[in-house]
Amino acid sequence: MSTVFIALQANEETRPIIEAIEIDNPQAVVNREPAMVKIDAPDRLVIRRETIEEQIGRAFDLQELQINLITLSGNVSEDEDTLSLTWNS
Amino acid sequence: MDMKTEKKTLNLKERYRLLTRDLGWEPSYRSADEVFPYVKYEGIKVHDWGKWEDPFRLTMDAYWKYQAEKERKFYAIVDAHAQNNGHLNITDARYLSALKLFLQAISPGEYAAGKGFARVGREFPGVGTQVACQMQALDEIRHAQTQIHALSNYNKYYDGFHAFADARDRIWYTSVARSFFDDAMSAGPFEFMIAIGFSFEYVLTNLLFVPFMSGAAYNGDMATVTFGFSAQSDEARHMTLGLECIKFMLEQDPDNLPIVQGWIDKWFWRGFRVLGLVSTMMDYMLPKRVMSWREAWEIYGVENGGALFRDLARYGVRPPKGWDDAEKAIDHMSHQIMLGLYQWSFGTSFHSWIPSDDDMEWLAKKYPTTFDKYYRPRWNHIKKLAAAGTPFKNFGLAKLCQCCQLPVVFTEPDDPTLLCNRETVYEGEKYHFCSDGCQQVFENEPEKYVQAWLPMPQLFQMFDGDVAAWMDWVSLRDGHDNGDYDGSRDQQNFQQWRGLATSNQ
Amino acid sequence: MPVKSLKKYVGVPRDVVANFHGKQVVYVSWDQHLLFAAPLMLCLPPQTTFRELVDGPLAALIAPDPDAAAVDWSTVQWLKANQPWVPDFDRSLADNGIVHKDQLRLSTPGLNSLRPAA
Repeated sequence: MSTVFIALQANEETRPIIEAIEIDNPQAVVNREPAMVKIDAPDRLVIRRETIEEQIGRAFDLQELQINLITLSGNVSEDEDTLSLTWNS
Repeated sequence: MDMKTEKKTLNLKERYRLLTRDLGWEPSYRSADEVFPYVKYEGIKVHDWGKWEDPFRLTMDAYWKYQAEKERKFYAIVDAHAQNNGHLNITDARYLSALKLFLQAISPGEYAAGKGFARVGREFPGVGTQVACQMQALDEIRHAQTQIHALSNYNKYYDGFHAFADARDRIWYTSVARSFFDDAMSAGPFEFMIAIGFSFEYVLTNLLFVPFMSGAAYNGDMATVTFGFSAQSDEARHMTLGLECIKFMLEQDPDNLPIVQGWIDKWFWRGFRVLGLVSTMMDYMLPKRVMSWREAWEIYGVENGGALFRDLARYGVRPPKGWDDAEKAIDHMSHQIMLGLYQWSFGTSFHSWIPSDDDMEWLAKKYPTTFDKYYRPRWNHIKKLAAAGTPFKNFGLAKLCQCCQLPVVFTEPDDPTLLCNRETVYEGEKYHFCSDGCQQVFENEPEKYVQAWLPMPQLFQMFDGDVAAWMDWVSLRDGHDNGDYDGSRDQQNFQQWRGLATSNQ
Repeated sequence: MPVKSLKKYVGVPRDVVANFHGKQVVYVSWDQHLLFAAPLMLCLPPQTTFRELVDGPLAALIAPDPDAAAVDWSTVQWLKANQPWVPDFDRSLADNGIVHKDQLRLSTPGLNSLRPAA
């Protein structure tokens, strides 16, 4: 098993995004650190546009994540609907 | 703006293809080799540049939009910091040493990376690669500018910030980072990508930015948190570019593996040595510490680096050669470097200090197998010398490593009581190293490293050992910028101004 | 291995002895005495006697160590380029075979105040 992670700035824009990630990834562990939130998951983490849109109540472009992204780990794959991080281990 | 209507009908993949891939064309009146003269000599074989793709599929129009948003957020906070005496909100003015070191050694590295990516963006034939490198070149220049701009607010009040460009070019400890970037920039485009895109961005940058910026948040430094996270938001893209580039090289041709592995070995070790300065910032220079260097290494080195190399094993890549020696050094390096910075503080454009009793307790707890045994006795003796009115200054200039350019402060991997001395003779001339890792880098390309501009030998070549003349040359104001924090102008000013801000006296 | 390059690559060594105005570099370190963070760099004329090196810059630089006053120079053990070596205190650096950028290490078994107990 390898850990993939994504870290986002802790602010009002990312709060619902983090909630959406928790909904879609029940195995994820959310670590709240000074000014940032780091989400770890075993081997795979998926971020879904639709779940975020349900949380924030408006249309969301996954590329908006770029603004508040701090770091990530894993092979990235992105299209309109999902952004996934994976390790082959 | 006319893209807006099309956006609804194009999906991300099509958009990326139209706005990136379709920018490429076959040259007609010059050969491809003439247009891209540097892409073959390193020996990397590429059969299909079209296979390279940015997984974020970011196109230039979207790039400008998101970068503009980041800049707006950044400047709102920098203005607030300047308007609200943000410089008095930090925990303690000792913290400023970390910022000074960052500004003198790291921010110029961002600028160097910008030049490097502009160059390789021109030298690579693949259009996807060109666009990603162009974005990264712009990012890196933005990072240098936002860092300098944010820290200029501290330059209005404190010493050691005023001449960071001279420090970058001339002072001794900055040559560690400078030589790292010069080495990468004078390599071919593929090696540059492994050096900066992969080793530095992917394997090491988390260790630099994440704990350091979290540390800034802990220490009340709003300006640094802001430029740090603003820069870091680009790093995810940079890391992804670095990882994609290495996978691309390995997938294109099996002959690329030994070349790539050699670069991974070299650049991991070179990057690890640059991080030596970061380990010291984390363990000693943050008055309020968010995690120890050891703890950061566990998360971002052992766990994350381990995951990365398990993933890359499918291509035949193994972890970097110096990995085990690095692990053995983790519990020692920050202490060894801080002891050096303290005893040579007459020659640093930042302050250092003897750790307080509380600091030493924290260090002992975080480094249970090493601090009390090896390092506390030295600090206690240094404390005694200071109490006796004879503070320890080591006016013997240090022997530097010909490769990483750090003073040779590190001990044998398996004996923390013995300095690691390595030397070799090349064409009748002696060269010294801090480690097997640095010696191997030299021996692979001796012609490159015999040219190293080592600051300590230069002090004798240029000034015949006259330290005062050297200080003038590096724009270090003796008695203000250097020496012990205890009794410094920064310490006095910070206390006085904070007093004025919280009372009506 | 040579540097890979498109044209012939020539590196010019920057720290050859000719650049030091008639002097040479000597590095000295004291084994197990890590109060001094790195080997000391001295720059001296090759005609300097070894005794002058020891009694002059070296003695001054190592003075902050608690063992410094107790060093008996007649029993000190030396390494030059990591090999056992015996200096002649009354002869010059050059006559002692100390070349530019040589690294000397001294050790003083039994005198190790700041070294941790094993």
